[in-house]
Amino acid sequence: MKRAFPWHIAVFLAPAFLIYTAFSALPLLDTLRLGFFTTHDSGHQTFVGLANYIKLLTDPDWSAGFWNAMNNNIKFFLIVMFVQNPIALLLAALLSMHGVRGAKGYQTLIFLPTLLSVVIIGFIWQLILSPLWGVSEKLMGFVGLADYFQPWLGDESSALITLSLISVWQFVGVPMMLIYASLIAIPDEIIEAARIEGASSWHIFWTIRLPLILPTLGLVTILTFVGNFNAFDLIYAVKGAIAGPNYSTDLLGTFFYRTFFGYQSQIGSPTMGAAVATTMFLIILSGVGVYFYFIQRKLQRFAF
Amino acid sequence: MKHKVTRAAGTGFTHLVLGGYTLLALFPILLVIINSVKSKDGIFDSPLSLPTAETWSLVGFEKVLAKSPFIHFFGNSLTVTLVSLVLILVLGAMAAWALSEYKFRGSKLLAIYMAFGIMVPIRLGTVSILELVVKLELTNTLTALILVYVAQGLPLAIMILGEFIQQVPKELKEAARCDGVGEFKIFFQIILPLIRPAVATVAVFTMVPIWNDLWFPLILAPGEETQTVTLGVQQFIGQYVTDWNAVLASLSLAVLPVLVMYVFASRQLIRGITAGAVK
Repeated sequence: MKRAFPWHIAVFLAPAFLIYTAFSALPLLDTLRLGFFTTHDSGHQTFVGLANYIKLLTDPDWSAGFWNAMNNNIKFFLIVMFVQNPIALLLAALLSMHGVRGAKGYQTLIFLPTLLSVVIIGFIWQLILSPLWGVSEKLMGFVGLADYFQPWLGDESSALITLSLISVWQFVGVPMMLIYASLIAIPDEIIEAARIEGASSWHIFWTIRLPLILPTLGLVTILTFVGNFNAFDLIYAVKGAIAGPNYSTDLLGTFFYRTFFGYQSQIGSPTMGAAVATTMFLIILSGVGVYFYFIQRKLQRFAF
Repeated sequence: MKHKVTRAAGTGFTHLVLGGYTLLALFPILLVIINSVKSKDGIFDSPLSLPTAETWSLVGFEKVLAKSPFIHFFGNSLTVTLVSLVLILVLGAMAAWALSEYKFRGSKLLAIYMAFGIMVPIRLGTVSILELVVKLELTNTLTALILVYVAQGLPLAIMILGEFIQQVPKELKEAARCDGVGEFKIFFQIILPLIRPAVATVAVFTMVPIWNDLWFPLILAPGEETQTVTLGVQQFIGQYVTDWNAVLASLSLAVLPVLVMYVFASRQLIRGITAGAVK
């Protein structure tokens, strides 16, 4: 006897499936497809194979901008990775120590900036670092460093670093919370056993606790990677779509935006935009792939 | 004795670092709020001091509220966030229940398909999303934003809620089925109330990126009628960049609702992250 069609399952699944498919999965697939097409002046699109990608990577009109954005993005990621995450580790390690009074309060307050819009944070720091207002200069004056003040956001050599540090300032709370959670999940017996053997807190941290939270550090790395290679809001809010000065703060996100919508004399192109988006997709996918490959290996090693 | 001294020094160091960083995290936000209620002279002459009777002024707020429909932007953000949130939670819980409760051909594959959106940012599909929204004649509508945010929020919601649904004891469902209770009733009257804490956690997680987003409002709904707070403030500041009172006031107006929400939800949020991260 054939069972009746399970209508209830379909009803439970259909709304989520349809909205997700129509507004997330299909547009993504369609973007991959559009990357192989070109837009003519009349508006209709024809298949051109890999021409968009070849143009993007080798045509000087395009490749200079693309590689600039790519390099900046790598720098942005590396700065965030190696400043944000060590600070997060330090804060989490201190918070997870036994009997730190007010740990909950510190956590709550340090996490606060992550909830605010990147746009608002960008504007706030723009004001603070503005030479017009002079707050930073005044603050540096308290410790005798006023002479070292520079309009960092306006200077080609320091704008990108400054923006990365603003991003670090805003988001350090996320890795801090994740690392903190995995540190307090380590069973007390393991730490006690090591202490009885005479290991110092320092030694325990480096040889026992740190190796045990490696999976969390891996997760933090991949979250940082995906977030940074997709960043747009901060640069757009502080520097606009042009990502000045002289494109020194251009990231793939702003490059994608300009390619798609156009700016100044250049006309926007949906198909070129799709090619840029596809490239970003491949970068993010390879990062995620590497992450799962290593996690997979880790799990296998633990199993033996 | 010596041990005690090093211990005290260690505690001192801990509080110095944590306290110092907390100060660094709060200072910029407090600075903006403090200066938003000062006169222009107050802002420039003594930016680091609290407003005095002499420097107290609400002129910035008056200007913002007069020159931009800020309350309207706020309403747009609230509508988009709340409607998206309800849809993500209800539709996400329904799908999570179907995927974890019923085993049918292709259910594993479907779960992977839905989970794909957790790691891949929906922004990368923007070119085609805009095309679709234009085709559906939904440009400059809040509906377009809501549909995109629901699609963006569903994958993570389904995964987290699915984990909680799996922890619901089998006996509960079996007992209900024996009594002849229908599948829909089981879900809405037994399962949904049981996973309320998880729903609250997912709610806070999902709400923040939607409220703060700039990208999709900028691309799908940039018209004055449909601007959200984030986009509205961005455009406003672009226009009045030299009017410090107005800029500081608009930033404060954007920050305050989030601060108020955080006062009420921080406990839930922190607990949610701590519990979720360990899994």
